[in-house]
Amino acid sequence: MHVPDGFFNAAVSVSAAAVAAAGVAVCLRGARRELDDRTAPMAGLVAAFVFAVQMLNFPVAAGTSGHLLGGALAAILVGPYTAVLCMAVVLLVQGFFFADGGLTALGVNITLMGLVTVLAGWGVFRLITRSLRGRTAITAASFAAALVSVPASALAFTLLFWIGGTAPVEIGTVAAAMGGVHVLIGIGEGLITAVTVGTVLATRPDLVYGARGLAAPLVLRGPGGESTVAPQAPAPAATPRPARPFLLAGAGVTLLLAGGVSHLASGDPDGLERVAEDEGFLGQATDHALGSWALADYGEVGGVPLWVVGPVGVGITLLVAGAVAYAARRRKGGAPGGTRETAEAAKTGGSVEAAETSKVGGAAKVGGTGGTGGTGGTAA
Amino acid sequence: MTASRRSEDGAAVSRRPEEVSAASLEVSRLAYAYPDGTQALFGVDLRVERGERVALLGPNGAGKTTLVLHLNGILTAGHGTVTVAGLPVAKESLLEIRRRVGLVFQDPDDQLFMPTVREDVAFGPANLGIRGEELQQRVEDALEQVGMLEAIDRPPHHLSFGQRRRVAVATVLAMEPEILVLDEPSSNLDPASRRELAEILRSLDVTVLMVTHDLPYALELCERSLILSGGVIAADGPTRELLADAELLAAHRLELPYGFTVA
Amino acid sequence: MSAGHGHRLHRPGDTLVHRLPPQCKLAAVIAFALTVVATPREWFAAFGAYALLLAGVALAARIPPGFVLRRMAVEIPFVLFAVAIPFIGTGERVAVAGLSLSVPGLWAAWNILAKATLGVAASILLAATTEPRLMLLGAQRLRLPPLLVQIAMFMLRYMDVVAGEMRRMRVARESRGFAARDVRHLPVVARSAGALFIRSYERGERVHLAMLSRGYTGSMPVVVDLAASARQWLVAAMLPGAALVALLGNWGMA
Repeated sequence: MHVPDGFFNAAVSVSAAAVAAAGVAVCLRGARRELDDRTAPMAGLVAAFVFAVQMLNFPVAAGTSGHLLGGALAAILVGPYTAVLCMAVVLLVQGFFFADGGLTALGVNITLMGLVTVLAGWGVFRLITRSLRGRTAITAASFAAALVSVPASALAFTLLFWIGGTAPVEIGTVAAAMGGVHVLIGIGEGLITAVTVGTVLATRPDLVYGARGLAAPLVLRGPGGESTVAPQAPAPAATPRPARPFLLAGAGVTLLLAGGVSHLASGDPDGLERVAEDEGFLGQATDHALGSWALADYGEVGGVPLWVVGPVGVGITLLVAGAVAYAARRRKGGAPGGTRETAEAAKTGGSVEAAETSKVGGAAKVGGTGGTGGTGGTAA
Repeated sequence: MTASRRSEDGAAVSRRPEEVSAASLEVSRLAYAYPDGTQALFGVDLRVERGERVALLGPNGAGKTTLVLHLNGILTAGHGTVTVAGLPVAKESLLEIRRRVGLVFQDPDDQLFMPTVREDVAFGPANLGIRGEELQQRVEDALEQVGMLEAIDRPPHHLSFGQRRRVAVATVLAMEPEILVLDEPSSNLDPASRRELAEILRSLDVTVLMVTHDLPYALELCERSLILSGGVIAADGPTRELLADAELLAAHRLELPYGFTVA
Repeated sequence: MSAGHGHRLHRPGDTLVHRLPPQCKLAAVIAFALTVVATPREWFAAFGAYALLLAGVALAARIPPGFVLRRMAVEIPFVLFAVAIPFIGTGERVAVAGLSLSVPGLWAAWNILAKATLGVAASILLAATTEPRLMLLGAQRLRLPPLLVQIAMFMLRYMDVVAGEMRRMRVARESRGFAARDVRHLPVVARSAGALFIRSYERGERVHLAMLSRGYTGSMPVVVDLAASARQWLVAAMLPGAALVALLGNWGMA
């Protein structure tokens, strides 16, 4: 699914880049809560592992083979924020070091394979593990999460293609081809994700982010027998906290991409008519050289010039992402116990963990989203 | 923060009597559970005086590695405290703590990852912000102490296993630690390398905590031993006495090598 | 779907291109890719000029054409897609050698092929002439967030570990007569993935703990001086600059 240069028109590439940048920026903030000394290399390993499993081609149906995407796996192992960063790193490295995926399509690739898979995967995972607990539930949830994440990504691809693919192919053909193959890949991904998470859970449960939050009272053994105490600084627990702003942000930018930008970019009330319109448009393309500029494709169709579409799309995306990040920070900074989430953090014995990891992420400056200021941590 | 320490550790030898006020290492009521809820430490108490060489003995799964990772703040205590030369292990003091506690890992290949011995030994002090002439001096001094100065520009993977372990010790010595913590220092060493390492350790003017299940090596190097079993310190006393107590050893799955007896 | 990444792309050397600071090369390649993508697909002369420019860079860096061509394999999945477009595309059709092909489809296929090929070739040249570690430091100088750089650093470190473990496990599997042929073998592959993860992690974790124990705080301390001179920036700017000149030149003709 690594989209090369020139596959999508400029409006989509630019909008997707803005979405990706905003998503990564939000995650850079969020990841500070998930990462500490011991989990930072975990993120690197997950990135390397995702990279490796993407090499692991497995047969899907007659003659075709597919590779995993790994977004859901990453989310379950290191948490959603860090997972997006891992996927972004994988795609950056693939783009720059291995020439896989176009450099101008990085935004599209990060959006499709990073944001969408992680969002869909983590969403499904949380949904299931919220009501069910225990190792079996986590393994089953991993399967479902990965299973859903792949077709979700294919669907997003199809959506982008519909909005601004440069190839004049019926959207139905693309949807059928992408959907069909990716449902099959999804099953494979689900299996591999479930088995991987299951294996890690069985041997090193401490490494699974999605299995955290079971902070039990500590037992002290001494000459005077046993006693129990509450943990003083619990390992960062996976309360539902990170999920909400993340889901909000994700939903916001996805919605924006699907609705706002596409509508703006195409200026076409009925998207299904696009292909037909394209036909006519392409027919007259030859007498107007600028008309078939990849960059100008969209501006011409919709009557909205690109120089309006691009900045407006970017601006709105940044605004929304910034607002979400800001809202998330306010929520975090709220009075202890004021929300269910903080109450849960307090219940486990303290809320100091959030601010503590700033050493890793502290230097991470992200521009333009309004998500930089403050530590975002709860006051200890 | 006063430890409820056992009283048998009278064997403490302090080489720097002017600094005896704070123990090199003090662990108090340390308990820890992994994030999934599995508890590994159940209230560990121990105290190592400055200049002492102490062996930490224990069967596999006793929590030795978990304990060691608390000593320089890689793991954060779920309960209790760790203090190194008077400085509590906390997030704010991590860099200083890691300078004071020199951890030598079991497999030197984990410790040596730079292209040359020189760069590898320089890695630690460079992280402390030391540069230039002083950095070179530290590197050379550390290698000198372990007798590996002539290998300074060689790639670590070209050295023998025993040599690599000595370089691994040097990488930590270059940080001028308060206490040297060695994880299974004698594993995979041939008898000659084993003896050489023992000589080096004896020559160092530094507190040593040696985690091992090589009981003869503990006896050879450390006057005092602790037994960590089931996540607590189960015994603390002169190594010779502990190793002579067959019942105690058997209770904690410790065994002397065949034909080895402690008088 | 994308092809494998079996081999590293870096090809050590000591040429003008190799010596350029990584941040200059990164910026140049990105600017070049943008120029390529912005080029109208009818402007064949400009595409020809881009290809010549890349050939010039390859020559200066002494990268043999075969090296670049072999590594173009990552593009194959999309080449297949591009080839299919004229057949399944909509719009006016033209008969070529007895086949009915879509005209817009042909244009789209050419557009994707030309731009993707140039982009891939440029990335290959970048990767071939830049050590991965330096590329990351360059990216950091270009203001890529340090957290991403750190994750990428670990990823590069782990990649060899994972690849090594993967090879060992495949040898072990195949030496017992197993080869993944169809979907029924998936559970075996899946179980390998789980084991692979644990094995790789535990190898890398110890290295990392050893690094932390020596005061590592997320960035390698001994840093090569990466400052780029104005001259070096100028040299690097030659690639996108020349591409832009070609683009504008073609515009003048159009």
